[in-house]
Amino acid sequence: MSQPAVTASRLTKRFGDLVAVDEIDFELEVGECFGFLGPNGAGKTTTVRMIHAVTPITAGDLVVLGLRVDREPAAIKRRLGVVPQEENLDPDLTPWENLLVFARYFDIPRVEARRRAAEFLEFVGLTPRAGSPLDELSGGMKRRLLIARALLNQPELLVLDEPTTGLDPQARHLVWQRLRTLKAQGVTQVLTTHYMEEAARLCDRVALMHAGRILRQGRPADLVRAEIGEDVIEIRGDEALHRAALALVDGRTLGREQTGDTLYLYCADGRALLPTLSGLRPPHLLHRPAGLEDLFLKVAGHSLQE
Amino acid sequence: MALAWPTWRAVRVWQRNLAVFRKYSLPSLLGPSIGEPLLYLLGLGFGLGTLVGTVRGQRYVEFVAPGMVMSSAMFAAAYECTYGAYVRMMHQRTYEAIITTPLSLEDVVAGDVLWGASKGTFNGTVMLTVVSLFGLAHSPWTLALPVILALLSLLFASLSLVVAALARSFEFFNYYLTLVITPMFLFCGVFFPVESLPRWAQMMAKFLPLTYAVEASRALMQGRPSFDVLLPLLWIVPPLLAAFLLAARLVRRRLIH
Ligand SMILES: Nc1ncnc2c1ncn2[C@@H]1O[C@H](COP(=O)(O)OP(=O)(O)OP(=O)(O)O)[C@@H](O)[C@H]1O
Ligand SMILES: [Mg+2]
Repeated sequence: MSQPAVTASRLTKRFGDLVAVDEIDFELEVGECFGFLGPNGAGKTTTVRMIHAVTPITAGDLVVLGLRVDREPAAIKRRLGVVPQEENLDPDLTPWENLLVFARYFDIPRVEARRRAAEFLEFVGLTPRAGSPLDELSGGMKRRLLIARALLNQPELLVLDEPTTGLDPQARHLVWQRLRTLKAQGVTQVLTTHYMEEAARLCDRVALMHAGRILRQGRPADLVRAEIGEDVIEIRGDEALHRAALALVDGRTLGREQTGDTLYLYCADGRALLPTLSGLRPPHLLHRPAGLEDLFLKVAGHSLQE
Repeated sequence: MALAWPTWRAVRVWQRNLAVFRKYSLPSLLGPSIGEPLLYLLGLGFGLGTLVGTVRGQRYVEFVAPGMVMSSAMFAAAYECTYGAYVRMMHQRTYEAIITTPLSLEDVVAGDVLWGASKGTFNGTVMLTVVSLFGLAHSPWTLALPVILALLSLLFASLSLVVAALARSFEFFNYYLTLVITPMFLFCGVFFPVESLPRWAQMMAKFLPLTYAVEASRALMQGRPSFDVLLPLLWIVPPLLAAFLLAARLVRRRLIH
């Protein structure tokens, strides 16, 4: 077993009285993609900023690529690529110039910098816009440029804070494709996202955060199977309908969740329950496989109500 | 949070600023930092000069020229490290972007100070060239003025970055420019000898670093260098170091939480 890419133990971050990250433990293996999920303010950005050695840790231990973040930030940052949540490109420079200027921070020689800039602009599909003024780029193009910029130093670990927020579906698929390519090349990735589909498609393991804590951690499929089951039946309707449905399936589900007008029934085999429910003739009934979204609603939803 | 010492990597920040500057070089060259002192020199030197006659045995325009050279550097460094640095620090998040690379925040601060100082030195040197073309420099010692310009610009770049690190908006810089920079411009012997001020004001002027830069450069341009006027330049160094360290500390407090 090689040493982990990142090891955090009892990692804590406080901003004054506010505990943004509360004694969390996690480990990233080399070559895997690890995702942090959780509602706004859960502590995802704070956690990844500590990983890339920009936000100082308050307590606990954090070792990245074998180096302690509080001791050797420069050595760590040399081997990391960072896509920040908030865009911070140089607005006075074109995409091409942005990359060349950034390459200098890593002491990449000029000829090599040009080669890589061209390669990574192509990689994110921005070659035709290489010389455009930055304010003529769309939000999605800027995010793709941030990804190209993060690749310049050929990082061993890529830190992506909401890499596809604001992207159209086509651009999002392009980014997913690229991230999978990088993973195939052995680049370890840690990302945060609000898109469960993204987490399910990209991440080998996820950590579900809420209020600075990690509530669940593991492989997406395992977590979903353990907490939710195989299938979900969604029934939309009024309170009376929900009660009637619950009475019919009593004892045959693994759990249930109710948010607003929708009742979610978690079960091992949804198809088997459908005939039981058909007599209700609900105006809207959906039978589908369980996913991370269900887990998120269940776990985060309960925490929010606490 | 511990303060680190800047490293040679600060040069990378300087290079970044140069890359941006090169795209907009013309407007910033003709901007307030050279244009304004030049107008003062022409208007006051030649205009007011006809009324004043001579000061300390010099034609008035010759008397004013060294101060114009020095103050153009002061203004350029001050503008760059207030408005320019503030935009990079707060609006464009340039500092944040750079510290995700091997550079430390202290490298960034040092790079921005070096950049502001370079602009000051450059502007001052351009002014000096113009002044020389007007025939107002009479000694080869004039060639030593860029050293003083560099020292002075480093001081005002650092000082201005302290202000930028404290500023909540551009508004803040008006106070700094009006209450700190303009008084120096007026009372440090640029337009009239410090001796003609009331006694208390003379004492004040002794604490203002521009005074020494103006005296020394005037002596050099007249070709009469002496330790008496050159040694006091060393008084610029302690406030320069103090301002730099304070700027680094304040920027860290502002950006790193
Ligand atoms: N610099 C700061 N000073 C004070 N509090 C902060 C700071 N940065 C973050 N916080 C607080 O820490 C908590 C976690 O914030 P964080 O940005 O890590 O959340 P997040 O999970 O990334 O949220 P989002 O999904 O909205 O990006 C929040 O309560 C936030 O207000
Ligand atoms: Mg965030």
